[in-house]
Amino acid sequence: MTKLAVVSAGLGQPSSTRLLADRLAAATAEALRPDAGAAGADVAIETVELRDHAHAMVDATLTHFPAGEFRAAVEAVTGADGLIAVTPVFNASYSGLFKTFFDVLERESLDGKPVLLGATGGTERHSLAIDYAMRPLFAYLRAAVVPTAVYAASEDWGGADGAVEGLAERIARAGRELAALIGDRPAPRKPDPYDNPVSFEELLSASSR
Amino acid sequence: MQFGIFSVGDVTPDPTTGREPSEAERIRAMVAIAEKAEEAGLDVFATGEHHNPPFVPSSPTTMLGYIAARTERLVLSTATTLITTNDPVKIAEDYAMLQHLAGGRVDLMMGRGNTAPVYPWFGKDIRDGIPLAIENYHLLHRLWREDVVDWEGKFRTPLQSFTSTPRPLDGVPPFVWHGSIRSPEIAEQAAYYGDGFFANHIFWPKHHFQRLIRLYRQRFEHYGHGSADQAIVGLGGQVFMRKNSQDAVREFRPYFDNAPVYGHGPSLEEFTAETPLTVGSPQQVIEKTLTFRDHFGDYQRQLFLIDHAGLPLKTVLEQIDMLGEEVVPVLRKEFESLRPAHVPATAPTHASRAAERESAEEVR
Repeated sequence: MTKLAVVSAGLGQPSSTRLLADRLAAATAEALRPDAGAAGADVAIETVELRDHAHAMVDATLTHFPAGEFRAAVEAVTGADGLIAVTPVFNASYSGLFKTFFDVLERESLDGKPVLLGATGGTERHSLAIDYAMRPLFAYLRAAVVPTAVYAASEDWGGADGAVEGLAERIARAGRELAALIGDRPAPRKPDPYDNPVSFEELLSASSR
Repeated sequence: MQFGIFSVGDVTPDPTTGREPSEAERIRAMVAIAEKAEEAGLDVFATGEHHNPPFVPSSPTTMLGYIAARTERLVLSTATTLITTNDPVKIAEDYAMLQHLAGGRVDLMMGRGNTAPVYPWFGKDIRDGIPLAIENYHLLHRLWREDVVDWEGKFRTPLQSFTSTPRPLDGVPPFVWHGSIRSPEIAEQAAYYGDGFFANHIFWPKHHFQRLIRLYRQRFEHYGHGSADQAIVGLGGQVFMRKNSQDAVREFRPYFDNAPVYGHGPSLEEFTAETPLTVGSPQQVIEKTLTFRDHFGDYQRQLFLIDHAGLPLKTVLEQIDMLGEEVVPVLRKEFESLRPAHVPATAPTHASRAAERESAEEVR
């Protein structure tokens, strides 16, 4: 069973951010199970709508712990084999809600995690927000981000001149890349310091060095 | 089981009146709280140590020495003593002196302190927090047990033929707790020495602390101090009580909503569901506190935070009366009836440690 987590920071209802997130998830799931009948190739998709956790996220920035249903959302993301993260572009960057979610995660909890990035906006002029805002954030988090990221502007959803086909192609390519990365690189399991503590002798010799 | 009060010593305006106590008032209030704790039949008073406003207790042994003179039975402790930025030599001297003056009614809890600017004020670097705690305590441990110490480390000037005076009362060093809210290294340190481990779990959900305390217990056994369930565990608690729980919630809500640590965040109801905070009747406090044993095992010391966020002294003293009259007697009985015989009932006291030392010498 492959666990795929999807984070959508869309605010509207319906939301084009959520729509893009769902299509990226479907494309990834499709690529993960080319042979739909094969046992063991199941994909479980867990989607987190950040809007549903808006208050809980602000609380967590103050209390330093995720509470209630938000804790389950955090665990779904940190425990997934791969992550799709999609935000609307606000003021030339990811939305505040999107950043807040990644700010309240425990340090190192996305280390090595395969991640596919997506963003939406009114015009294609903001497409580079993925590269100058989102990629540095996930580089800092030490996530493994796939080469293709998908930006969808209003034009892509219903424009002429092959825009719709172009978006579908980008989504499929991105999904294949994420599926391949998940296959190559299962998200690393960190050694648990509460199960395997550094012995006192080591602590003492490290401090007197 | 030992029950007590631990105070951060914050000077916070009362959010319901806007009135801010002076430092003098707050210091006197801490003394009054300690005296009331003894009068109400509690066992321990522990003061924080802070070196920045809005906190007053920068000089814990001065305060505890004064309280020692005004009390008879109360165990005086700290929550916490900064093992990172204090010179371990001075800690050895100060607390041995306090131990003599208080007739042995002293233990202390080591903590690192998480206020970054404090470290450079004392010539230290917060990034060395763990190594400082390890090295400084290692020296402190020797200073109380060896009459003459030669020592060289990374963080202070070397010692040649140094004797820390006064020597601990009856040759018995004060019992030490190590407090931590997230560092496995500190649980490991407490276990190595067979010292107590205090988890101030009042601001976070329990699952995190269960792992920390389980680690301490396992390593306590690993280092040969006894079985895991005999390890000496202390826990925090945070309560506000009135006879009727609705009255407690109504009265405490403005203090909660504006509290320095969690104010303007989650609701009182959400926070009480996630953390040990109990706002309600004495019976609710009893019920919640009993769950700590279910989560963490039999433990030896329970400290309550009751005097923060601008609560007026009069209210705080009423809380201590309620603890002494309605809560602690029931908890003592309940915890005692549940405790297996081989598990220590309380943290080691000066008397129990002195007796142990004597019997060890007789064997020799």
